[in-house]
Amino acid sequence: MESVEEEIPRIGVFVCHCGINIGGVVDVPGVVEYAKSLPNVVYAEDNLYTCSSDGISRIKESIAKYNLTRVIVASCTPRTHEPLFRAACEEAGLNRYLFEMANIRDQCSWPHMHEPEKATEKAKDLVKMAVAKASLLKPLDEPEIDVAASTLVIGGGISGMTAALCLANQGFKVYIVEKEPELGGTVKKLNKLYPTLVNANEGLSKIVEAVKAHRNIEVLTSSVAKQVMGFIGNFEAVVQIGNGQNENLAVGTIIVATGANVFQPVGMYGFGEYHNVVTQLQLETLIKDSKLEKTERVVMIQCVGSREEEGRTYCSRVCCMTALKNAILIKESHPETDVCILYRDLQTYGGHYEDYRRMAQDMGVKFIKYILEKPPTVAPLQDRSLCVSVYHALLGEQIDLKTDLLVLSTPLIQHEDAKDLSRMLKVPLGPDGFFFEAHVKLRPVDFATDGIYVCGTAHSPKDTAESISQAFGVASRAAIPMATKRLRTEAITAIVNEKLCSGCGTCVKICPYSAIVKNEKGVAKVTDVLCKGCGTCGASCPEKAIIMRHFADEQIIAQALAAIGRELA
Amino acid sequence: MQASLDLAARGFKVYLVEKSPSIGGRMVQLDKTFPTMDCSICIVAPKMIDCLRSPNIRLLTYSEVQEVSGTAGNFTVKILKKPRFVDEERCTGCGVCAQHCPVEVPNEFDMNLGVRKAIYIPLPQAVPLKYTIDMENCLQCGLCQRVCGAEAIDFDQQPETISLNVGAVIVATGFELFDPATRTEYGYGRFRNVLISLEFERMLSASGPIGGHIMRFSDGRIPRRIAFIQCVGSRSLKGGVSFCSSACCMYATKESILIREHEPECEVYIFYNDLKVFGKGFQDFVARAEDEWGVKYVRSLPGEVIEDHKTGDLTLWYEDTTENVTESLGADLVVLCPALIPRASNKELAGILGLELDEYGFFKSKDPQFAPVDTNVSGVLICGYCQGPKDIPESVAQASAAAARAAETLMMASEGAH
Repeated sequence: MESVEEEIPRIGVFVCHCGINIGGVVDVPGVVEYAKSLPNVVYAEDNLYTCSSDGISRIKESIAKYNLTRVIVASCTPRTHEPLFRAACEEAGLNRYLFEMANIRDQCSWPHMHEPEKATEKAKDLVKMAVAKASLLKPLDEPEIDVAASTLVIGGGISGMTAALCLANQGFKVYIVEKEPELGGTVKKLNKLYPTLVNANEGLSKIVEAVKAHRNIEVLTSSVAKQVMGFIGNFEAVVQIGNGQNENLAVGTIIVATGANVFQPVGMYGFGEYHNVVTQLQLETLIKDSKLEKTERVVMIQCVGSREEEGRTYCSRVCCMTALKNAILIKESHPETDVCILYRDLQTYGGHYEDYRRMAQDMGVKFIKYILEKPPTVAPLQDRSLCVSVYHALLGEQIDLKTDLLVLSTPLIQHEDAKDLSRMLKVPLGPDGFFFEAHVKLRPVDFATDGIYVCGTAHSPKDTAESISQAFGVASRAAIPMATKRLRTEAITAIVNEKLCSGCGTCVKICPYSAIVKNEKGVAKVTDVLCKGCGTCGASCPEKAIIMRHFADEQIIAQALAAIGRELA
Repeated sequence: MQASLDLAARGFKVYLVEKSPSIGGRMVQLDKTFPTMDCSICIVAPKMIDCLRSPNIRLLTYSEVQEVSGTAGNFTVKILKKPRFVDEERCTGCGVCAQHCPVEVPNEFDMNLGVRKAIYIPLPQAVPLKYTIDMENCLQCGLCQRVCGAEAIDFDQQPETISLNVGAVIVATGFELFDPATRTEYGYGRFRNVLISLEFERMLSASGPIGGHIMRFSDGRIPRRIAFIQCVGSRSLKGGVSFCSSACCMYATKESILIREHEPECEVYIFYNDLKVFGKGFQDFVARAEDEWGVKYVRSLPGEVIEDHKTGDLTLWYEDTTENVTESLGADLVVLCPALIPRASNKELAGILGLELDEYGFFKSKDPQFAPVDTNVSGVLICGYCQGPKDIPESVAQASAAAARAAETLMMASEGAH
């Protein structure tokens, strides 16, 4: 490896016609001739398609024949083709990072198709830049690490248990850490589930039993994770178990399934002041325990403490359907009770929920849309009932509803202690307080940090079926590194020059993968296996103490100077 | 793709069957995705490439499932590989053939707003990057054959039947669009300046047929006011489907912001019934559209759209249910958000696989609450929109879910075999 650095580089350049995509615009043979004149270039040729099997063989043969120590392909785009050419180098015995690509199609022949002469000049410049950088390339390794085939699931609710069972069935060892004395989470508190109205606890208890009986699952109730160190494949967790003692667990992956709390609307619409103002969850409990007294009217107000202008701006997703469900259940047992739902926008999305609303409507549930500018108000009446006054937008007038029971639909909110967990695992919380995934669209259950995943209402409000879907999803994601057992990590990582580092901590804060810590000497230290080589730290280091492998300052500067016709001093 | 990638990453062999010439699905047609406003193709293309490059995934594009027999752990699947009339092994995707092909037909990928040749790839980022001859429109002039340096054109190519033995089957067939022309009151198909949202996405796309310029088809003018109409054929008991498509409120909001970005002078109105803001970050996104971009939301579904035949200008009549008044609004362009509905072909596929469909035509979950990706047939899993309305992140998460359940099936089957 050392020898490559010391020897004078021997560069081979392969310029691709890409059929007519490049060749129809750029003078490819001209670029080849030009490449031959550049420093350290010992060989250059053109190919109709460098990516064809013929082209790949040409690269491999040339590496052997001309003893090439660097390879450049000037062609389409690294996005699709860099892995292929890197693999070709490796197969010919050259370190894959001694390959460099010049993008003369996507960034040259395509955008400049009407200016062939200028495009040819640009293609030459791009090749010259690649040559300048290639001379300074260094071989890199992709270190391999072992991955323990075990998972720590934090949270023993429906999401955590579903993920645990799925992984355990595949032969992985699973530890469930649950802070409450019993498994079950929020679903345990529910009565029936919409839209099928199945008994929540029947479904739940089957899962709890399966979890308890599974030989691959160890359940730790009344327990909390106190400390988590390490990285993917090699996490070490300290869990304080029920009896106050600590247990150390070594796991390969971690799943956050801590669920959510229900917001208590103290001081809103007379909650806490009048005895007959309850939350939707309290109503659910009353119905479940058959303690709901017969009343003339029940009024429900949606979006209490959610979709606010500031603070809890989000919609809590499950409240409209929960209100509908409880309204239907009230109507089923007491058809004469008048049920009014005051709502802003009904969240009856998906396959069956809209028909569920129609069913409620057919049963006589009344829907009154209120507008944010004129929210409902509550006043006590002498007979201890309440008067809910609301501006009925459709009628255009204020109406009064005398009611014996006022139900407030409040949002799911993040647990208080989520902040501690977020710090411990070095995974972020979003502006809404919920755990923040790696990518909103395409990585919905991964964290940016490898080996840690999120599912259920810890991620955002969602119902049982949605939580279960996500929990199975998490099981798949966590199984990937555990099934492969070994992991090739990123070669292009950051290195800290300890002599230059002032210990300011900018990189520690800015690293999206939590790959940098301050070590005992007070200087930045990169954990290679966590680093993704994004370069954010290198760009922000005020002391220029961070070097990005493969994108070192001298490499980039050489490339830039080549573009303007100068050489590295 | 996500289900395939998850399974392939952990060592299972995956056959990815796609009936069109390229994988990618619907997301590749979109311009941007909210809330990050990532370019859609830019974030999907790497996944497409990953599918292509994975040694454990075999792509069977331009192929359809014909027959399935057997049980969990041991299914026999017959696949019909339709002839591309281009040898996939030889074709390098250079595009010389298409350049010479004299036949131009509307490009389905661009919602027929642009044209393609009779020998074509649906999109520049097609995976695999292999051309296909559309025989319905091909003149068989042989020009492509003459210019193809790779000698890949094969007019004699025959349909091929491939038989596979697999342990599990995942169904992820997505959705199709409700035909908005059946809602005659909105004039789609009659008025040139009435579009549907997916057409509008292609219009917005910088790599689309119009280069990302917003314009009216009647006169090429930049519109000064655009109105979106939600729930065209959805949440409807008359002409359409009863359910909510779950994605329209948010993509309309996204498209509105993009309009304001492209053409700050253009006003945007969204006509809706209930604003569906139930997902993560949705409400904040709507607030951003309203406060930062001046998008106007009107709680009303217009009764009809009228066209001035001379100018192509449109007028929407609606009852504002918040203000309780009947009003009209002039608009240069109207974008309809049609219901996203289960594919009609689900019925056939359900028959092949022995699956049940629900009352809407979606594949039915074994248990809607506790086993959402399982079906009545053990070892056959479902995910994405074909299981019920959902957005991209939900589809991606559910794809992983189906992969996990498939993995369970496969591992249990191999345990049983030992």
